[in-house]
Amino acid sequence: MLFRLTPSGGQPLYLQLMQQIRHAVETGALRDGDQLPGIRTLAEELVVSPGTVVKAYSELEHEGVLTMHHGSGAFVCANRRTKRLGECVQEARERVDELIQQLRGDGLLDDEIRRLFEASLLGAGKTVGKR
Amino acid sequence: MTGALAIETEGLSKSYGSMHAVRNLNLAVKPNRITAFLGLNGAGKSTTIKMLLGIVKPTEGSGRVLGKRIDYPVESVELRRDVAFVTEDKNLYGYMTVEQIIRFTRGFFPGWRQDVAEELLRKYELPARRKVRHLSKGMRTKLALLLAVSRRPTLLILDEPSEGLDPRGIEQLLECLVAQCAEGATVFFSSHQIAEIERISDEVCIINRGSLVLDASLDVLRLNWRQVDLVFASLPDRGDFQLAGVERIRTRGQQMSLFASGNVDAIVERARDFHATAIDVSPVGLREIFLQSVEES
Repeated sequence: MLFRLTPSGGQPLYLQLMQQIRHAVETGALRDGDQLPGIRTLAEELVVSPGTVVKAYSELEHEGVLTMHHGSGAFVCANRRTKRLGECVQEARERVDELIQQLRGDGLLDDEIRRLFEASLLGAGKTVGKR
Repeated sequence: MTGALAIETEGLSKSYGSMHAVRNLNLAVKPNRITAFLGLNGAGKSTTIKMLLGIVKPTEGSGRVLGKRIDYPVESVELRRDVAFVTEDKNLYGYMTVEQIIRFTRGFFPGWRQDVAEELLRKYELPARRKVRHLSKGMRTKLALLLAVSRRPTLLILDEPSEGLDPRGIEQLLECLVAQCAEGATVFFSSHQIAEIERISDEVCIINRGSLVLDASLDVLRLNWRQVDLVFASLPDRGDFQLAGVERIRTRGQQMSLFASGNVDAIVERARDFHATAIDVSPVGLREIFLQSVEES
């Protein structure tokens, strides 16, 4: 599994990592029972503080996406909820596509649409990272 | 040691005559984290580090490193067994060869990890038989790092460690710091390299003119700090936007640009109350936060 984190962006690295793991589970790149790299291994691979990986794993465990086995690492736990989440994301993508088409129809440029999305997401700071 | 702070100072100050190098510094460095120590040249970073290590005596205030008092000679000597220091000038014995200095250093530390030393010697491609004084600056840094981490320190303090390293050397340094933290060590390093700090640090302490101006986790900075760019048909008073969290306001023509350390929702709401025709919220990097912090104070 390959992850890419953007240190200069406006989002904590542990949240970026959580999203990428969730995304990998939703798309099927990671399957039920798959083992994730150990904390030290992943921290060294991504060259990030081990604390970042610890936080991402434990939050995902809390969400039920991962289970942690002491001493042997983190395992994917693609339960019904994460699968439903995958479907939700698929549906949402269709709605977003539709909205983008409408906005383009209204004469907005892609760059403007992107900025609108970003501003709305960033402005809604309270909901960042909650699910 | 769990839960207790790795480094803790209270009102730590150092003056040289009328020059105040460090003023009333209160540091609280958490254990088993990577903390970056930032400041402009001459801000007091090196003086602070030297005080923590008992090399320079504070004029006022006190401090504890791994629970030991820094201004008590006996405790200061004890703590140096558990603290490894990689300095800016990498003051090593120039007449020794690389392998001689490794052997020499090993003798002082019962917990020495020869396997780590040998692995790094290979990885950093250090010439074992070359005299230290004939090493390049980058090689000296790598050697200093090798000597520091092979001791298995509880706390690793580094003063501008990436100075003189090439991009691959920097990568190796960062990997090494991450590995140290994964082994349970606390890492405290000063640096000017914002991009490196953003990659590996959990916490950031910014010092300016000898005083602490910011002490926060990078996660909190990333979540809360934003630039808000607004456009109005008629520009409101700056006073209307002096909300909590607003660190700086700039205006030009019909535009207002705010730099905020939080409370973005309230700022956006205020902008809507004043019928802003455009509201742009964008994340800010550590570079901007750093420049803002040292400018403001």
